[in-house]
Amino acid sequence: MSLESPVLAIDPLLDDPRTRILVCCGSGGVGKTTTAAALGVRAAERGRKAVVLTIDPARRLAQSMGLSELDNTPRRVNGIDESAGGELHAMMLDMKRTFDEVVLQHSDPERARAILENPFYQSLSAGFAGTQEYMAMEKLGQLRALDAWDLIIVDTPPSRSALDFLDAPKRLGSFLDGRFIRLLMAPAKVGGRAGVKFLNMGMSVMTGTLNKVVGGQLLRDVQTFVAAMDSMFGGFRKRADATYKLLQANGTAFLVVAAPERDALREASYFVERLAAEDMPLAGLVLNRVHRSGAERLTAERALAAAEALEEDDEGSEEASPESPTPLPSGEFDESAENLQTVGIVDQPDGKVGLRTNSPESETKETHTHDAYDAHRLAAGLLRLHAERMQLVARERRTRDRFVSVHPEVPMVDVAALPGDVHDLAGLREIGERLAQGQPTAA
Amino acid sequence: MTGKGGTGKTTVAAALALALAAEGRRILLVEVEGRQGIAQLFETDALPYVERKIAVSPGGGEVHALAIDPEQALLDYLDMFYKLGRAGRALKKLGAIDFATTIAPGLRDVLLTGKACEAVRRKDKAGWRTYDAVVMDAPPTGRITRFLNVNDEVAGLARIGPIYNQAQAVMRVMKSRETAVHLVTLLEEMPVQETVDGVAELRAAGLPVGGVVINMVRPVILDSEAVCAAANGQRTAVAKALSQAGLGGARRGGHAERLVDPLLAQAHEHAERVALERRERAELEELGLPTYELDLLGDGVDLGGLYRLAENLRKQGLGVA
Repeated sequence: MSLESPVLAIDPLLDDPRTRILVCCGSGGVGKTTTAAALGVRAAERGRKAVVLTIDPARRLAQSMGLSELDNTPRRVNGIDESAGGELHAMMLDMKRTFDEVVLQHSDPERARAILENPFYQSLSAGFAGTQEYMAMEKLGQLRALDAWDLIIVDTPPSRSALDFLDAPKRLGSFLDGRFIRLLMAPAKVGGRAGVKFLNMGMSVMTGTLNKVVGGQLLRDVQTFVAAMDSMFGGFRKRADATYKLLQANGTAFLVVAAPERDALREASYFVERLAAEDMPLAGLVLNRVHRSGAERLTAERALAAAEALEEDDEGSEEASPESPTPLPSGEFDESAENLQTVGIVDQPDGKVGLRTNSPESETKETHTHDAYDAHRLAAGLLRLHAERMQLVARERRTRDRFVSVHPEVPMVDVAALPGDVHDLAGLREIGERLAQGQPTAA
Repeated sequence: MTGKGGTGKTTVAAALALALAAEGRRILLVEVEGRQGIAQLFETDALPYVERKIAVSPGGGEVHALAIDPEQALLDYLDMFYKLGRAGRALKKLGAIDFATTIAPGLRDVLLTGKACEAVRRKDKAGWRTYDAVVMDAPPTGRITRFLNVNDEVAGLARIGPIYNQAQAVMRVMKSRETAVHLVTLLEEMPVQETVDGVAELRAAGLPVGGVVINMVRPVILDSEAVCAAANGQRTAVAKALSQAGLGGARRGGHAERLVDPLLAQAHEHAERVALERRERAELEELGLPTYELDLLGDGVDLGGLYRLAENLRKQGLGVA
């Protein structure tokens, strides 16, 4: 038995002209980037002028959208059906370049150069734990300000915790505005003025200590860096605040992406609670990689028992069947072979599937005795696979139900697992289709 | 122990620590990313910044654990070298510690690796090493080389002085024969790609690569030949077999017959996955590294499962002294 949630209807969300920003968030490895890209393709083909901001896409996913390098400017994606009047643009975030741009925009050339060349700046811009998040926000603000698209879809950095995306920019902002940075700058700024003599003395003790601990040259670099960045400090905080407000505004919707695994759904849960606390609009939860079975009425236990029975019975035994099977008409094979392309995406109980080998049917008759034995083993294997699948389905459902019982109000959509990774637009389209048609697994 | 996010590197690191602890040895398991993953695995309260025993191994060995926090490590470091007790706290109040540990990731990494190296080299009064081995649940593959190669990271920041010296000491341990960087992966495209890239980076940096642990390996129940055979020509026979096993009628429209299609669909997905796994395995083999395999624990990893994984690693020769 499964708990029910309201259905997250993707198409109305994508079609609504008031939806201007869609943020896909969630913990790492749940298919966030793929979801963002699939939403972009679907939105564009439904007539929106959309741009997808991806952070760290897998190589082949990036290639599927024609992105071959980090160039920080949105590029039009080829191969999109634009007949509905939409377009898709995509870009990969280059965090260092985004940071450089902010510096260049907000300081005169000489000062900008001093900052860009400072080793501290280089270390900070390439690797500060929150830089990627901060720059993703910064880029989002820039794209929004350009007003060239009517829908911006944002993928969030592959952090361990989904909350990092919300917290890191503030942390970087307040850190750069922080007291300590001001203190470090104080000697440079206030020189020997009498009024601050006391503070200055304290400072020299402090810098003396720091000198000892971190080394003088390093401290001088920090001070130069801080002094050069001085003009920008207030700005960092302000910009972080402005983007934060953008996330609370009408027209922004958050999609929390998760997989039916304990850790991913726990993160999703934190995120849902946090969004509510921050008055940020949650559209719903996308549950990726959900497994299903076309034969859900056959339980794992029965399948296993049947498999064991078949394996014990190794005589082949053609005579034991209570019903004599009718040979399949040869047309049956051609019919199912046509369904080849749908393999792996068929989830309905009556879904048909065909396979690639075109061995003639007549062969079976010639080697019948041998085959009957093999057929038992094959059937047993199929049943064991089914048991494994059913156990997985049950496990996923338990994990999912735990989330639903805590957050029954959150709309959800399940996206069935694909056997492989997505590498092309067709794959993204397929995911989009599943997103739009997915039903939360109901009881 | 490194690996792409989601491959289970914390679990494998813990299993390796347990494996190493067999035969009465004393192991320290450290985590550096503030996730408290070790505490969750061992079903204990959050780990403080204090080494504490969290498990015993069958042969009387012990696993101790420590969650290294960069702020605490910096205060430790200040205390150790400068006896800065109160001044250290004052620095913290001012945000200086926050500053030092966040502004330059290289500095933070020196502190984290520095603490681990200190534990590696620590000796008791009799001159014996406190720990027989230190297992680190390290940052993910994408960042591991930068993390361990602290020397390069701080080179631009500190060319002389105490931090530079500390980085040098760390590098001596990291590049020594006492260190091995193991990588955890799954038989999936992205993790394997990251593993291959990660190994190349580690090698280029002169860091000692250990082995590859293939985690969550699922059993091969049917390969693609069998699935093809079942789908072509053998459908009726399979339906009949299902019927014999008591699952209903084999005639068209009968219960057993109607099972064939959905079961085959599942088998086909399975076969596709098996084929993909074979390709990924081949790609890993090209690395020329020892590989170890751990089976998927269907119901998630509990404490019992962790001991089984440890035993399994030992059987394959990882974690044997």
